[in-house]
Amino acid sequence: MRGTLHVAFGLAYRQLTVLFKNPSLFLPPMLFPLMNFAAFAGGLSRLRHVPGFHFHSGYTAFTFVFVLLQSAAFGGVFAGFGIARDFERGFARRMLVSAPRREGLILGYAIAALARWTMIAGVLTITALVFGMQIGGSGVDVFGMYGLAVIFNTVGLLWACGVAMRFRSVQAGPLMQTPVFLVLFLAPVYVPLALLHGWIHTVARLNPLTFLLEAGRSLLDGNPDQVVTAFGIAFALVAIFAVWARTGLASAERAG
Amino acid sequence: MSVIAHQVWLIARRSLVRTARQPGVWIPPLTFPLILMAVNSNGLRAATRLPGFPTHSFLAFFVPFAFMQGALFASAIAGTDLARDIDNGFLNRLALTPIRGASLLLGEIGGAVGLGAIQAVVYLSIALAAGVHIDAGVPGAVLILVLAILVAAGFGTLGLWLALRTGSGEGVQSMFPLLFFLLLISSMNMPRNLIEVSWFRDAATVNPVSYMIEALRSLVIVGWDGQALALGFGFAIALIALSLVLSARQLKVRMART
Repeated sequence: MRGTLHVAFGLAYRQLTVLFKNPSLFLPPMLFPLMNFAAFAGGLSRLRHVPGFHFHSGYTAFTFVFVLLQSAAFGGVFAGFGIARDFERGFARRMLVSAPRREGLILGYAIAALARWTMIAGVLTITALVFGMQIGGSGVDVFGMYGLAVIFNTVGLLWACGVAMRFRSVQAGPLMQTPVFLVLFLAPVYVPLALLHGWIHTVARLNPLTFLLEAGRSLLDGNPDQVVTAFGIAFALVAIFAVWARTGLASAERAG
Repeated sequence: MSVIAHQVWLIARRSLVRTARQPGVWIPPLTFPLILMAVNSNGLRAATRLPGFPTHSFLAFFVPFAFMQGALFASAIAGTDLARDIDNGFLNRLALTPIRGASLLLGEIGGAVGLGAIQAVVYLSIALAAGVHIDAGVPGAVLILVLAILVAAGFGTLGLWLALRTGSGEGVQSMFPLLFFLLLISSMNMPRNLIEVSWFRDAATVNPVSYMIEALRSLVIVGWDGQALALGFGFAIALIALSLVLSARQLKVRMART
């Protein structure tokens, strides 16, 4: 365990140092959610007048939860790009040789991804508050919402890590982000699930992210709903994608 | 004149062939806007229940988004291709030939315009197959294709300028989110008169992309709206002209013949 943590913290420190020294790596994941938030909260707020739309904290808060989860997922995916780049440049292979416990590599990338996303989430939250976001939930509720986002960040990282370690090339980038993008936008992004109709309603109802999104919104609104289910799904996703990432690591180990 | 036309043809053919040979370049611009169109037109369908919303079909309202996003991809493709030419020295070798700057610029956007034309036909065909009715009829559909190609040419030329200015593919790619932001803060998702937040409505009003979208949209859901068409075509042509002037100036620096 000690060896794993030693590797993890060493790698996380290196990843964050690289990040801070390269604004081009840091800015896109930061700007992307801010742009989406501005577009959704600014351009679509009239949707709160659609009959059947009930969300007391307002459309800005409604949108915020989606953008927060989106930034969390893409925070993990962007970290996956870094893993692929490390393999292309040979750094990851050197790490495979030198690390006493290789699981620490996944943990290290996850810690770095979480640290990076925490900064993005902070900027996003401040921006949302400046935009006039109202928070109906208590401190515990809001903590729960951020907790869901943290877990979703880990899910995004584990998914991208599994892909990056299997393909070991930045060219796998579209494969990392396209499924995440689809899962995100096949959830009730703009209006509550009840206001979706047709095939998108059916798909959204089966989409695991819908539970996280609706639970997150209910927590921010102060009316917790389906929170236990959402956390259960979130932890199940972590377990599934941890196996995906670990088998990806095994694939990289076999490749040498 | 025929010499210039021949030079344009040679460069345009190279640009088109290069684009066609890279499926990774032309498949995402063809499919991604369609996926987003399918998802968002259903996800935002509830908006049609707002009082004052101009149509009952959000898909019809949202179709122009596909053309605009395709045009942004055209910008990235044209820019990245030229940046690669700068990077690998092709532009320097061209500088040793008697090719004119205008021929090079017009030819280089050939790939983007060609892809823009194919995209426009595909998007329009799929929209029609999905049940979208073009209020302006067949001539309106033709005009949609013309405007979509002009918009693709405009953003493609802008991509050329970015490539000439930055000289790197990464530089062009890093500007792509900013161009995408122009699309996000437009009247893409909601008519301007229904946008509640004043700063966003003002931003959408001064954003030329809104007028390009509204011109395309007017042909689908309104019919013939002279003002919307004049503004849409005007801004598309202005974008091409401005980007060409900027690119021509920058090209002189890049292709300095000593």
